[in-house]
Amino acid sequence: MSTRIASSASDKFGRLIDRSQQITFTFNGNTMTGHAGDTLASALLANDQMLVGRSFKYHRPRGLVASGSEEPNALVGLGRDNRFEPNQRATTTELFQGLHAQSQNHWPSLEHDIGILNSKLFARFLTAGFYYKMFIHPRPFWKHIYEPFIRHSAGLGKAPDKELKDADTYEHFYFFCDVLVIGGGVAGLQAAKTAAASGAKVLVLEQNAHWGGRAPVDGGLIDGKAPEVWIEETRAALAAMDNVTLRDRCMGSGVYDHGYALGYERLTDHAPNQGGPRHRLWRIRTKQIVTATGAIERPLSFAGNDVPGVMLASAMRDYAVNWGVTPGQRVLVATNNDDAYRTALTMHEAGVEVVCVVDARPNGGGALMDSAKAAGIRVETNYAIKKVADGKRVTKVALCAQNSDGKDFEEVEVDAVAMSGGWSPVVHLWSHCGGKLNWDETQAHFRPDANRPPTSHDGQGFVIAAGSANGDMSLADSVTDGAVAGAKAAEAAGYPAQTADAPACTDVDEAPMLAVWSMPAQAGIKLRMKTFLDYQNDVKVSDVQLAAREGYESVEHTKRYTTLGMATDQGKLSNINGLAVLADSLGMDIPQVGTTTFRPPYHPISMGAIGGEARGEVFQPVRKTPIYDWNEANGADWEPVGQWRRPFAYVKSGETVQEAVNREVKNTRENLGLLDASTLGKLIVKGPDAGKFLDMLYTNMMSSLKIGKCRYGLMCSENGFLTDDGVVARIDEDTWLCHTTTGGADTIYAHMEEWLQTEWWDWKVYVANVTEQFAQIAVVGPNARKVLEKLGGMDVSKDALPFMEWRDGTIGGFDARAYRISFSGELSYEIAVPASQGQAFWDALMEAGAEFGVMPYGTETLHILRAEKGFIMIGDETDGTVIPQDLGLHWALSKKKEDYLGKRAHLRSHMADPDRWQLVGLETVDGSVLPDGAYAVGGGVNGNGQRNTIGRVTSTYYSSNLGRGIAMGLVKHGPKRMGEVIEFPGTDGTIYKAKIVDPVVYDKDGEKQNV
Amino acid sequence: MSKAVSALNGASFSGMADVIETGLTGMITLRGALSDATFQQAVVDATGCAVPAQRKVIQVGGNVVVWMSPDELLIVTDHAKAPAMVDTLSAALKGQHALAVNVSDARACFTLKGVGARETLAKVAPVDFDGAAFSTGDVRRSRLAQVAGAVWLNADGSFTIVCFRSVGQYVFDLLKTAAHPLSAVNALG
Repeated sequence: MSTRIASSASDKFGRLIDRSQQITFTFNGNTMTGHAGDTLASALLANDQMLVGRSFKYHRPRGLVASGSEEPNALVGLGRDNRFEPNQRATTTELFQGLHAQSQNHWPSLEHDIGILNSKLFARFLTAGFYYKMFIHPRPFWKHIYEPFIRHSAGLGKAPDKELKDADTYEHFYFFCDVLVIGGGVAGLQAAKTAAASGAKVLVLEQNAHWGGRAPVDGGLIDGKAPEVWIEETRAALAAMDNVTLRDRCMGSGVYDHGYALGYERLTDHAPNQGGPRHRLWRIRTKQIVTATGAIERPLSFAGNDVPGVMLASAMRDYAVNWGVTPGQRVLVATNNDDAYRTALTMHEAGVEVVCVVDARPNGGGALMDSAKAAGIRVETNYAIKKVADGKRVTKVALCAQNSDGKDFEEVEVDAVAMSGGWSPVVHLWSHCGGKLNWDETQAHFRPDANRPPTSHDGQGFVIAAGSANGDMSLADSVTDGAVAGAKAAEAAGYPAQTADAPACTDVDEAPMLAVWSMPAQAGIKLRMKTFLDYQNDVKVSDVQLAAREGYESVEHTKRYTTLGMATDQGKLSNINGLAVLADSLGMDIPQVGTTTFRPPYHPISMGAIGGEARGEVFQPVRKTPIYDWNEANGADWEPVGQWRRPFAYVKSGETVQEAVNREVKNTRENLGLLDASTLGKLIVKGPDAGKFLDMLYTNMMSSLKIGKCRYGLMCSENGFLTDDGVVARIDEDTWLCHTTTGGADTIYAHMEEWLQTEWWDWKVYVANVTEQFAQIAVVGPNARKVLEKLGGMDVSKDALPFMEWRDGTIGGFDARAYRISFSGELSYEIAVPASQGQAFWDALMEAGAEFGVMPYGTETLHILRAEKGFIMIGDETDGTVIPQDLGLHWALSKKKEDYLGKRAHLRSHMADPDRWQLVGLETVDGSVLPDGAYAVGGGVNGNGQRNTIGRVTSTYYSSNLGRGIAMGLVKHGPKRMGEVIEFPGTDGTIYKAKIVDPVVYDKDGEKQNV
Repeated sequence: MSKAVSALNGASFSGMADVIETGLTGMITLRGALSDATFQQAVVDATGCAVPAQRKVIQVGGNVVVWMSPDELLIVTDHAKAPAMVDTLSAALKGQHALAVNVSDARACFTLKGVGARETLAKVAPVDFDGAAFSTGDVRRSRLAQVAGAVWLNADGSFTIVCFRSVGQYVFDLLKTAAHPLSAVNALG
């Protein structure tokens, strides 16, 4: 039975809990109690909840194996509704009042799971690569039968309800330091102390709520003091230093190029009602990183090593010392090293019966073994666990000689098993950015090779491993190594060299461990099929061996084929054992096989932390013109244009959007329309070389433009494709103002700067983006001049301000620049006023325009008006593959200029191909509206058996002026096929028939705009 | 003109730092040869400020001159004075390659002050805002989460933040979020 150790046993047990504070929580609906300081895992054990989940494939009962982030089994769904989160580790979840947890992958219940049949009936099919082998034929079965079945029976947590939004907030924080120490154990603290003494700015991250790592559990003396005393003194001394920042509950998540690292701080997971952000992602830039990330114990590979109650020896010791919990009353310890004897001694001290220590080594261990024997504990050497009897918890264990196949065995009745297969340094963060590893034969683990660290911009190493993360496993070595790492890091960060003085430590000498990859050594197939390597993915010794027989030699391939080391724990427990089995099967040495790649994050971090503050109102910037609020209040149906929001139409009550558009189109043609055109890009280009520069950027000539005049221009990329268009105004001798499309403002500005900075760096040209300095309002329609004259000020008559010219002046008392330009074919002015006065000017126009039938119009009306005139729109008629010639814009390609961007590209054979699709108007034979983007089909089929296409619709609208659909499109040989009817199959099954016509369907001679 | 309004019309928020939209602010983009004597004299004559060094601002009276790039300055002055100052600068720089342009209305401008101001900024910009690294007269052009911005530290301990006018609301909401009263980090000196 798993219980709390009585406080009377010793005050050593339960050092992290406050027994006076009771906390109530639920697990699978059952109410349970724990203490302040408990993790969900320790509280479950205290409530005798051995069974915490069902395994991934076979639905085998699973219990807690570990006590930290390496835990593979105890994943729960945590919280409810808009705070529900799947796959949360019980071992890293601090208990709080009202915690609500649900086990995963069980159906219908944790206790009675139907999926367990998988293991009884199908285990021999669910071997390595079973998906690939079993479910490949017949093909349609995968989608409709196999996949739904597998998805139901296999898997981890459920995704949160898609209708709910996370109730919490998150944030990022940028931090800069000289030395980042990841891990607040004794090595990390000592490293920080030594580094900080140099004056370096030091940040220390500790993933747990408490400092010191394993040392308080494992014992020994530091500087003559109990570890916890030294830890607290050191922590307090560091906290008092101005150049040191300490963060607990903050995991070093990843190490990236050039000293960039991420920290994952969990602010309110342990106190959900505290308020403020839940997680904070630290985005750290540092000169040096010390990874003092500790080590993780390995399981032993014996049959039934996954039965609830079998756990790591260190974890059993942690539960006892840290949280005052024992997973059993009669425990067995199995080991290949001395460290596990600490567990035997600890449990013995806690009043738990230690039935036997099974030591695989022929001669057993050293001083710690002697202590266990002296305590009266049975110790057997060259001994092994043959098998733990299946079930929902440990009841019976068969023991045999290690060097045997297990035929001769004895059985013992125990209710918990502690196992230790040795220790693996946590090399993840060392490895994230390319730190290399060496195989340490003596300790049977990979450890960082200090001569091959991750390198920074200068080719020098920027990560130093310290303590047990560096393979220095004893207390004394670990602390000393911390001091050395701290001194090195500070010096590398440019601070005075420190002597790596470390406090003296008292430690027990340990006898060498023995690499044991199979227990017993000659275990047969029946045992190996019950011997788990990867608990989370249900990968067994037999699976890896099978993969090797089937030819999987690369450890990376074996990982993917067997799923060993995948999912949320990424093989923290299973990696070394798995590759040892693989190496053995391949007849290779372990270092030859190597490890899989260590990638960040070290441990899963929340999506919320990655997103940071970007949610709700600050999810994405919305760009607003000075008239945004008025638009919003006056029925704007918004259309996103880049990050701008522009009114698609101004919808009046009782109107549909389409009706609003029809009204706006007619009113602008017949009376007066106002368009908020503030989003148009406005770039000032000035300098002695500005004319030359613009001649290179535009396809037509801009240097010859007279002051006071405007000219429409096209821009191409150097590959000849049309990228932007707009009206350019000559302001003075060396100043031009270039209008760009709304979406082009920032990119064309960057485009100009790039050419000026990288290619024509010696040209005297300055560019300024003044897009947002002005509110620009298009005043359009037959009454446009009337309203401006009514407001009074500058002369806007035909003679004073002719078509395609501009003037500065005042209108209605506003400082204004009026451009006589038209994108609608109507009499039209675009008036720019300072943005701060944009709303006031708009109001003045609306008021003065009332008697002339003024109405605002949106982007859809803008589109229809220009389409009626056959004007192209960047992004509709162009898509990055279209050149000016395709659009009949040859007239805008200067023949006089020696060069301009795109000119050479236009000479390429494909660009001059007469078969390129070209712009035409399209008129449906029945007046209907063509579907946008529809393709026209020609005769025959292509190589894929699809009908050949001969064109596509680029713009299509209903014109209320003409009372029918209008469209433009690109059609093969289009201009030569006027009058021909071509077919556009719609996705609705209808064949749309359209006649090829002139794209200009309204006022072809331009009489209306030139009045 | 009395009809003129700033992007957020003086909106404010108080959390672990105070965020205040400063209202109408005059701004001029000035490009030219920063090391040229005539250019430097033109800046002094127009603003009273010398040309600042890289990543520095110089404040004299109500004017601030901000280093923006090796060939660009930002001049901050009264909104009403900006057009005349552009003319003054343009006249003084006639004959050399330079560009002075009024961008007052292209921008939104905020003041951020209070004990949490540095940490508020450190949540939205990848800049070292620690007191040891960023002090009075320092400026950075960087990003504020998803948009461009510039930040400098004034002599009175407040920060000035400048962004484009169209994203003024976003930046205000962003600073408000970052300055949440329960979100102090306590990690910057």
